[in-house]
Amino acid sequence: AFFWLVSLLLSSLIWFIAVKASDPQDERLQKGLLIFGVMFSVLLQEAFRFLYYKLLRKAIEGLVALSEDGCSPISIQQMAYVAGVGFGLMSGAFSMINLLADALGPGTVGIHGDSQLYFLTSAFMTMVLIFLHTFWGILFFHGCEHRRWWEIAAVVVMHLTVSGLSFCNPLYVGSLVPSYLLMAAAAAWAYLLSGGSAQNLRRFLLCKC
Amino acid sequence: MITFMNNSDSEEEPCNERTSLMSAESPPVPSYQDGLQASEAGEAQAHRKRRAGSSRSPNNITGGEMSGSGVPVRESALENEEEELTLKYGAKHVIMLFVPVTLCMIVVVATIKSVRFYTEKNGQLIYTPFSEDTPSVGQRLLNSVLNTIVMISVIIVMTVFLVLLYKYRCYKFIHGWLILSSLMLLFLFTYIYLGEVLKTYNVAMDYPTLFIVIWNFGAVGMICIHWKGPLQLQQAYLIMISALMALVFIKYLPEWSAWVILGAISIYDLMAVLCPKGPLRMLVETAQERNEPIFPALIYSSAMMWTVGMAKPDTAARGPSQQTWHAAEDGREHLRSPSHAESQMSETRSPVPTRPVTSLEELEEEERGVKLGLGDFIFYSVLVGKAAATASGDWNTTLACFVAILIGLCLTLLLLAVFKKALPALPISITFGLIFYFSTDNLVRPFMDTLASHQLYI
Repeated sequence: AFFWLVSLLLSSLIWFIAVKASDPQDERLQKGLLIFGVMFSVLLQEAFRFLYYKLLRKAIEGLVALSEDGCSPISIQQMAYVAGVGFGLMSGAFSMINLLADALGPGTVGIHGDSQLYFLTSAFMTMVLIFLHTFWGILFFHGCEHRRWWEIAAVVVMHLTVSGLSFCNPLYVGSLVPSYLLMAAAAAWAYLLSGGSAQNLRRFLLCKC
Repeated sequence: MITFMNNSDSEEEPCNERTSLMSAESPPVPSYQDGLQASEAGEAQAHRKRRAGSSRSPNNITGGEMSGSGVPVRESALENEEEELTLKYGAKHVIMLFVPVTLCMIVVVATIKSVRFYTEKNGQLIYTPFSEDTPSVGQRLLNSVLNTIVMISVIIVMTVFLVLLYKYRCYKFIHGWLILSSLMLLFLFTYIYLGEVLKTYNVAMDYPTLFIVIWNFGAVGMICIHWKGPLQLQQAYLIMISALMALVFIKYLPEWSAWVILGAISIYDLMAVLCPKGPLRMLVETAQERNEPIFPALIYSSAMMWTVGMAKPDTAARGPSQQTWHAAEDGREHLRSPSHAESQMSETRSPVPTRPVTSLEELEEEERGVKLGLGDFIFYSVLVGKAAATASGDWNTTLACFVAILIGLCLTLLLLAVFKKALPALPISITFGLIFYFSTDNLVRPFMDTLASHQLYI
């Protein structure tokens, strides 16, 4: 969570500087800057995820060295999951919390002609992002562990895609549906990578032991 | 304030492997607490416990001897295991401290957001005499710096006074002071707080009920904090008291002064604890020399300690060390002597049923605990509360400060595990908190607002 926050901070810094240095009246420029800001922020987030991976790797090595039986009390997969959840929660919290605070107060949604489903779609979008961050965490760490660069690239591309799709808002079909599909794909992929399989799933669902 | 990793009441350094483990884990981390006294006392106490390497508790001589013998032999052999356990327990300690700090901050933020009283400006403390209502920016800055200087010098004077009192063994005076402070905090501030909360929610309450409620609350609090009580209740009381104190600070410190004071206090904390001539350090060393338990300064302890054998005489004697301060509230309170009711938390050494601990094995079962000074709680909460009160970015800023403080606490505890000595808990967290507050408020907020208005997601 902290790492995500730092990445957000840095990307905001860049965007802020860019905005201040540019002409505030030019709409297209502002929009362009915003897009640039978003993409840059996504890249920074992934960079920080990588840095976090490096840090955790060192920590695991330290734990292994100190432990009695040569294995660390917490595995890298668990750390990947936790890292993903941390990123997701932080990003979700930052996206939603002001919205929720405002939702408590008086007002009408979409009174100026905007979509009336604003809150609802924001909620769904945030949820899908949180899940995605969790899965991306697992995929990313797995890719780093096994040196499969294409996995890492896939995560980055997926992230960029989802952020880019959110530009379709308020055409929610364009942003929500693909995001959910991507999430399902990422979920399946992460599940398989973590050692799950169709059989495990079936056994679990049918409550066999 | 000081943070201790206090494994038990008596962390005497040498000792059997257990104790060496304990000592490893329990370097006290002094964190500056406004009250000081408490922190110093607590720190000294914890330190003493740690260093003296005699018995676990001042009264338990047997334990001490036993421990003393084992030390040299075992220590070398068990260093590795020690470190590993240190890390493992370190993680547990971090969690044990996260929960109360989070709770305290939640209480403060919830109150700030809902009860308007604490964000209204109704005068200033006598410790910050310069007003900030000046027309020019330079003047305002100057006034806030002067306010800070006044405040810090008051704190320094109080600390030195406490150290002197302690040095010259004026224990009764200190105890009385602490008890007075905690009394005031538990009764008066609670009364005001309750009054404001009831006003906000427009709930009617009659005086007899109020009297009964506050009387019970205060009396149980005094007993829990100064004497014996269930550990969780004591922790809860300490958290509440820290929150009350933080709320008072948030209300009465003018804006810029508050930020400058936060910064200055972390620097002071750093110096007071680490410099050889720092008052806090001197207090600790004095307590160690005398092999005495430090006053249960406002220390929050997360572990229970099995009392060893007899009841500790010092248990009853602990009083919250509090620095008194003058508070001029809007006519409601007359000028009182300043008191930081940072209730001394003192490790209630006996929240747990006293077991006659006779063997070393039993001693080993003691839970290791971490101690954090109440002043730390208070200043963390002041930072987050101020962020909630004054930031226009509202919740994002508050959340960012919260995460920053927790990460700072984590790092501090890590350093504690590495250095194994008293460390100040304020500097890292407050620095992170301040950085994140200012940067989130000014940089992240416009970015997030723009994103939210276009419903973009990053």
